[in-house]
Amino acid sequence: MSGAASDLIRRGAPQGCRPFERYLLTQSAFAGLRDALAQEPTLALLSLWAEPSAIHAVFLDEGAERPALLLASCLASDQKYPALSPVRPGAVRFERAIRDLWGLSAEGGVDLRPWLDHGRWPVQAPLSAKPSRDPVPPLQPEFLPIEGEGWHQIPVGPVHAGVIEPGHFRFTVQGETVVRLEQLLGYTHKGTLSLMVGKSPRAAARFAARLSGDTTVAHALAFALAAETATGTQPPPRAVLLRATMLELERIANHLNDWGFICNDAAFAYPHARCGELREGVLRANAAAFGHRLMMDVVIPGGLSVDLAPGGEAPILAALAAAESEIAPLTTIYETHASLQDRVVGTGILKPDLAARFAAGGHVGRASGRGFDARCALPHAPYDAMTFATPVLTEGDVDARVRVRIAEVKESIRIVRALLAALEPGEVHQPLPQKGGEGIAVVEGFRGEIVTWMALDDGGIIRAVFPRDPSWLQWPLLEAAIEGNIVADFPLCNKSFNCSYSGVDL
Amino acid sequence: MLWPRLGKRLFGRPVTDAAPAPPDAVVQALAERLEATARARLGRSLAIREVDAGSCNGCELEVNAMAGVLYDMERFGLRIVASPRHADVLLVTGPVTRNMREALERTRACTPEPCWIVAAGDCAVDGGVFKGSYGVDSGVASVLPVDLVIPGCPPTPLALLEGLLSLLEAQDAPKPRATPAA
Repeated sequence: MSGAASDLIRRGAPQGCRPFERYLLTQSAFAGLRDALAQEPTLALLSLWAEPSAIHAVFLDEGAERPALLLASCLASDQKYPALSPVRPGAVRFERAIRDLWGLSAEGGVDLRPWLDHGRWPVQAPLSAKPSRDPVPPLQPEFLPIEGEGWHQIPVGPVHAGVIEPGHFRFTVQGETVVRLEQLLGYTHKGTLSLMVGKSPRAAARFAARLSGDTTVAHALAFALAAETATGTQPPPRAVLLRATMLELERIANHLNDWGFICNDAAFAYPHARCGELREGVLRANAAAFGHRLMMDVVIPGGLSVDLAPGGEAPILAALAAAESEIAPLTTIYETHASLQDRVVGTGILKPDLAARFAAGGHVGRASGRGFDARCALPHAPYDAMTFATPVLTEGDVDARVRVRIAEVKESIRIVRALLAALEPGEVHQPLPQKGGEGIAVVEGFRGEIVTWMALDDGGIIRAVFPRDPSWLQWPLLEAAIEGNIVADFPLCNKSFNCSYSGVDL
Repeated sequence: MLWPRLGKRLFGRPVTDAAPAPPDAVVQALAERLEATARARLGRSLAIREVDAGSCNGCELEVNAMAGVLYDMERFGLRIVASPRHADVLLVTGPVTRNMREALERTRACTPEPCWIVAAGDCAVDGGVFKGSYGVDSGVASVLPVDLVIPGCPPTPLALLEGLLSLLEAQDAPKPRATPAA
């Protein structure tokens, strides 16, 4: 692959990250990246984070025949680094978070307002080399100014009316129509990164498992793969197959849940009740097979903490058979009720060019023409030896996101059956050696790709880590998708995205 | 087609699970916390407002499952409401992040008396794995007086239901305290 920006990055000094190299650029070279990226639109920004004195970015070359990641870093001098947000809009929230957590400012950034730091922490820049205890908290962001006539605002949250995570949504409305939505997140910020640094991967895995409870398996797996790649560890084959089994079970349970909830948000209760029952069947099978309904703490660096319970395949296969037999009749009901279709078709349209500009992953991207699926594009074992279909639609509305999810559930059921059939007896854990290294892993969770980077010191202790949830690049697109829709359709749009709060608040 | 399926369900056996029995000791302890006037006001039902004070959303998944058809909390008179102003119970999850503390306090201030405060999940109990981070307080009890604790990471829907049912039992007319077996 080649292009102005990727060539520029590759001229940097290799730092030994596996399996994709990270290049250290000088600050002036990194500043040149801005113009180069403008010339190379196929180089998508996936992640941006910091260490106390350096900034790291992950890019994906979408134009290449064989997709690959490319990592670029530069040292921050005077607590500053050249911003990427002028050419990659997805960088905005990362840059805001980096300033709050590491105290590094993006020079030339398009939005420098605080993001995670609401002025409530006992320290400022908690992840920087010298966290400050300045008694004056940072000036809190003002919502973007509104022009025009006849508008009013609806503040929603952080405590929401439903049983969901906390966050603030500021709607500006003209009549019934939303003319702007601005999100303010950070309410679930738990300081998770600070708790992970300085621990062994085994000890920090429980934080990875609690970044976002609904996608606990995917986050734990991305974390484990990054640690294994960094230390050159091969998990046993049985663990590899069981991890993928759990990843697909998690996808099935979440997609069923969201499908039901989307219908419920249009006050159509039947699919909600049925999907809830089918999902519960999967969760109970998880508990029977792996000892935990959400399979939390089962995936650990080196393999699994527990093996599949004896006879654990049976409840899984039974739950999948129940779900499979219900998908077709439920789809018919979903399709043949005008009152429901009227709410989902043409609602919350995310245009393909915008999805591409933000490199939106998961069902959000795939319902808007961006077919990226990490299981196919950047496969880890066992997906490298499997073939399966990735559904892609271009309508970009709530309905398209539902349809992509239904298609994914069907594929995942097939994948789980194949994985369980291939299962051989054996060990499920290979302890990590205590050594240094740097690794990056990409795992396709139910929301999209999770990108976790980790650097271990010589004693095998985490020096720095950054788990990037797919919601980082999806949340801003929800602001765009709701524009021009009525307020009452926001729950449908929101649930069809179903972004994680905890996953991005860290 | 929807209607034939609904009809079939109408005459079939319900899919709902059997009700769990809350432990007597917990019910007794809760009953002692409740004044007679509050007991009369609450009756045999509870309106519940869930407040996520910074959870990982695992607890929310299980609270939603409890509202689904298999656990069907509404059959007991347990109902999730949209506003704290309508609530008898604040069901709080998460370690209480510093960014959520004020929102939790203001939610409590909006809730009419009498109000049960339930801390659900290991984080809500004492901060859980996040205890000691600059970003969190140490559980709900560090902000509000807690009446009932439901541990678990996350607590199962059955554990949540058992906890909420013990609140309902405690609201029943006080029973004579059982004499310990000789």
